[in-house]
Amino acid sequence: MFEHAFKGSLRYWALIFLFGGLFGVGFLTFLYQYMNGLQVTGMSRDVSWGLYIGQLTFFVGVAASAVMVVLPYYLHNFKAFGRMTVLGEFVAIPAVLMCMLFVLVDLGQPARMMNLFLHPTPNSMLFWDTVALFGYLGLNILITWFVFGAERKGVPAPRWIKFFIILSVPWAFSIHTVTAFLYAGLGARPFWMTAVLAPRFLASAFAAGPSLLILLALIVRKFTTFDPGKEAIQQLGRIATYAMAANIFLVGMELFTALYSGIPEHLHHFEYLYVGLGEADTLVPWMWTSAILGVAAMVMLFVPSIRRNETYLAWAAAMIFISLWIDKGLGMVVAGYVPSPLGAVTEYWPTLPEWMIVFGIWALGLLLITVFYKIVISVREQAEQA
Amino acid sequence: MSTNRRDFLKVAGCSLLGAGALAPVAPRIAAASGGHGETAKREGKRWALIVDTKKCLEKGGCQACADACHKVHNVPHIPDAKREIKWLWKEPYKHAFPTQVHAFTEDGLKDKPVLVLCNHCENPPCVKVCPTKATFKRDDGVITMDMHRCIGCRYCMAACPYGSRSFNWKDPKPLVAQKDPTFPTRTKGVVEKCNFCAERLAQGRAPACVEASQNTGCNALMFGDLNDASSGLAQTLKGRHNIRRKPFLGTEPHVFYLI
Amino acid sequence: MYDSGKVVTGIIVFVGVVTFPLWYSFAAGDPSRRPELQKPQGQCVESTDYMRAFHMDLLNQWRDDAVREGKRVYASPDGRKHWISLSYDGQVHNNAVASKSCMDCHSSKEKFCDECHDYVGVTPYCWDCHIEPKGDR
Repeated sequence: MFEHAFKGSLRYWALIFLFGGLFGVGFLTFLYQYMNGLQVTGMSRDVSWGLYIGQLTFFVGVAASAVMVVLPYYLHNFKAFGRMTVLGEFVAIPAVLMCMLFVLVDLGQPARMMNLFLHPTPNSMLFWDTVALFGYLGLNILITWFVFGAERKGVPAPRWIKFFIILSVPWAFSIHTVTAFLYAGLGARPFWMTAVLAPRFLASAFAAGPSLLILLALIVRKFTTFDPGKEAIQQLGRIATYAMAANIFLVGMELFTALYSGIPEHLHHFEYLYVGLGEADTLVPWMWTSAILGVAAMVMLFVPSIRRNETYLAWAAAMIFISLWIDKGLGMVVAGYVPSPLGAVTEYWPTLPEWMIVFGIWALGLLLITVFYKIVISVREQAEQA
Repeated sequence: MSTNRRDFLKVAGCSLLGAGALAPVAPRIAAASGGHGETAKREGKRWALIVDTKKCLEKGGCQACADACHKVHNVPHIPDAKREIKWLWKEPYKHAFPTQVHAFTEDGLKDKPVLVLCNHCENPPCVKVCPTKATFKRDDGVITMDMHRCIGCRYCMAACPYGSRSFNWKDPKPLVAQKDPTFPTRTKGVVEKCNFCAERLAQGRAPACVEASQNTGCNALMFGDLNDASSGLAQTLKGRHNIRRKPFLGTEPHVFYLI
Repeated sequence: MYDSGKVVTGIIVFVGVVTFPLWYSFAAGDPSRRPELQKPQGQCVESTDYMRAFHMDLLNQWRDDAVREGKRVYASPDGRKHWISLSYDGQVHNNAVASKSCMDCHSSKEKFCDECHDYVGVTPYCWDCHIEPKGDR
């Protein structure tokens, strides 16, 4: 099965070397960060979490969204997703790995990461996040190994795997809920301490993940012999539409509570994001871009004739992905720290080393997706020829 | 319901065992729930600090306590405010007590410098979130850091409502000009904060800041055992109006302020 | 054997790379030099044999005792009490309850700790934070 990863077209190898090279650069930058400390990032005493944890938050959602293709197919016999589930699961695995790497590069003492396992601390949500992420990774590897392995051999998957597939659905919900719990229980951070944070996370995850899958499915269909099917892509589009609508609704709820009550402690963080606090307005153009892209994409997707056109669907999916990346991967984490508990306004912007490390981890994710998809497509091609 | 003697004896025996096991535990469970809004009284010491802001201001611009603290703990001096490390410092009143100021607060109070530090809370959010128990609460109430275990995830910094914690963004050792050999420095990648001078308490000495305030003569800092009703600290709290920071969060800080 | 040239060359390169630590330290170091530890006055916390085998375990235990349990006094098997600390100040602590700690006697990291550590090629990270005794007191 794995030999398919080593045989491919020029285009395939170009992708491998591109992503591999980017990962290499990211890795070297990480070594630079490891030797010099986190001073190479843009984080500060007031804004002590930044791009790395933002990326963890965003990609945990992408990882969880694999459930959005698994659930209809396995629980409700939605046959159209037959060729899409494997694409979804092979996005989930790299996404979870990326999440773990984002935590690792954020640690001040990464060599001590085993302390997370040597000294389990049930009162800490970070402990449960670690458990949830490793469990989800294990589940997905197990499921894909047996389901895809069986398919490759042309036999039905073992019956007991159904239990794990069904387990992966609530587990997917829980990895993102526990990530929301990291934030939502902190009295120190009124911007994060909202009951609606976990639902918001889930809604945005189920919009961003399917959007990414739509783009990947279209790319796969264009450049290979594998076609996940127009109906499957359309269904993903419908899921993304409703999820994005739920997400925008929940953002609206947050804005209403802050704006109508006028309570300064809550208002200040939204002010920082959307109009700036005094001179501190670095994130303002980004947040408005995110808002406009998100709303525009949702409007596009609401119109069936636009959604049915796969070119417009691709644009809308990209817009949703970028909009939510800005919101969750950058805005949400930083705004929790501005203003600080002592009322200080300290801005944050990632430095070049931070971006290089983040690009390196993205590249690793893309590399893994390329390799997995190549294996899947080659195996399917072989099966179809036989 | 009909039963035979054998079954009755089995059930009775198990019930007795169960009740016997629960008996010592039950009063503990009752005590742990505590009174609403009151700190549960416990045996043993419970260290606390009083900051008398009136006495502190009399010396105007003095940094003796903060300097003493940073000196005996090898805290590096980092001029960049984004990366600085501070255990004990002064904040304007409006930042230390944001719910206590408004548009018509009396002259001089809003910007009055107030000493702030880790509050060694009774319900510390930092301890709650630490994934490795690198920061933990001792029996005497001191919230301590185990620098060997800290993985530098900075979750405690996100959770602290008082901004008391600092992170070592780079190696601090070369930045400590005068190293005090009786205490270690830290290394890059760990979080640090006031430790109520646990190493001095172990030798029966007062915290460095308290000693400094006695040496300069301001006597603005008082340290003592809150559980000892006869201590100067407990007596002062009983007699004078005192507040603590962000009481609405339920953290129950053990640094008290006389305004 | 097919491609015997490539295979044999590959094996030689592999063996060379894998045995690098051995031949490099012979070439660059002084293999006949044994560690020479500066022996301080007085009696140690435990016997030399015990320390040679278990000093790291003892320090780990002390670390947790002192930092996490607040237990600062260690009782040797012979009944003497020692102050648990990796700092030094030459004082007798806690009203003469406990006598000096390690660094009060082993006053030079270079002449004591480093001798063995360098020889076996380990770098314990104690001194990232703890202030190493320089033997200049």
